[in-house]
Amino acid sequence: MSDGAPPRDPPTVAALFWGFLSIGVIGFGGVLPWARRMMVEQRRWLTPAEFTDLLGLCQFLPGPNIVNLSVALGSRFRGIPGAVAAVVGLISLPMVIVMTLGAVYAAYADHPVVAQGAEGLAAAASGLVVATALKIASPLRGKWLGIGVALLVLVAIAVLHLPLVPTMLVLAPASILLHWWLQ
Amino acid sequence: MSDGAGGTALELAGVFGQLSLVSIGGINAVLPELKRQVVERHGWMTAGDFAALYALAQAAPGPNMLVSTLIGWHVAGIAGALAATGALVGPCALLTWLVAGVWHRFRDRPWRRLVQSGLTPVTAGLVVAAAIVLSEATAVSPGHAVLTAIAAVLLTATRLHPLWVLAAGAALGASGLL
Repeated sequence: MSDGAPPRDPPTVAALFWGFLSIGVIGFGGVLPWARRMMVEQRRWLTPAEFTDLLGLCQFLPGPNIVNLSVALGSRFRGIPGAVAAVVGLISLPMVIVMTLGAVYAAYADHPVVAQGAEGLAAAASGLVVATALKIASPLRGKWLGIGVALLVLVAIAVLHLPLVPTMLVLAPASILLHWWLQ
Repeated sequence: MSDGAGGTALELAGVFGQLSLVSIGGINAVLPELKRQVVERHGWMTAGDFAALYALAQAAPGPNMLVSTLIGWHVAGIAGALAATGALVGPCALLTWLVAGVWHRFRDRPWRRLVQSGLTPVTAGLVVAAAIVLSEATAVSPGHAVLTAIAAVLLTATRLHPLWVLAAGAALGASGLL
């Protein structure tokens, strides 16, 4: 089971549900590392190359990457029932957990220690977002056209506070055209 | 539309359904737009509430997109939680289902790599912008700003588990040291 070339049977709808349930519940600090571990190393639903290809698609499409990944994987193996089982498995239990945490927070939000703790937590969480943003931007290192486009997007959203949809509708096609002409 | 705190499940579904189809790069990429809609346009909560709910979603297990569940629940109870989460998941899931097969078929074509190289810097710019907007909201004192910077450095330069950093942030805040 744990080593040797696996004869990969496509997972059943139930296996998809339980597999995604398991990564949703333990996915502290981001689900993606756990998703790869479960799909590639433990259950061997995908080879490492297949996983990377599928993730590439999911990053390119709008929506949370991990939701797209569960839909793409579920539908590849078991069609629409597989996709639904994977998504529901991924988010159902974490939804209950996060609302329970929210209820606890709401009940004690007026307590100064809780309010101060939440502010500290929020500041640290911002640091996590900054670190993730830097990791996502790191492939642009040395690519001046890419860095220029990224800075343009950054100024439009973070400095000028332009609405996202029109900004994207202009800058995304412009970036693809620029890359086509200049490279 | 602009009726203060009385947001309905339908309005929530409208906001999150729209975000579902533009959030290339995930929920972090649309965080500034989400904040603009929820705090400034609809006035459903303060910027501080928004930052707190986002931090809760980060601290809890599961995808960060569950901030939609918390916002929906805060605005319109269980119906709001289901409407917001369903509207965020539904449209992008449908699109992924439609595109996944086509993508698999054209995996060796040059145009696919071209589209990817054009979208990568847009995604990067959006996510960095989101980080800036969120950091501004959570920097309620100079101490909090320093905490954000230290957390960012630790999580970039070391393999420390993010949960330890979040827990340390909460403990520092609760102790009143910030």
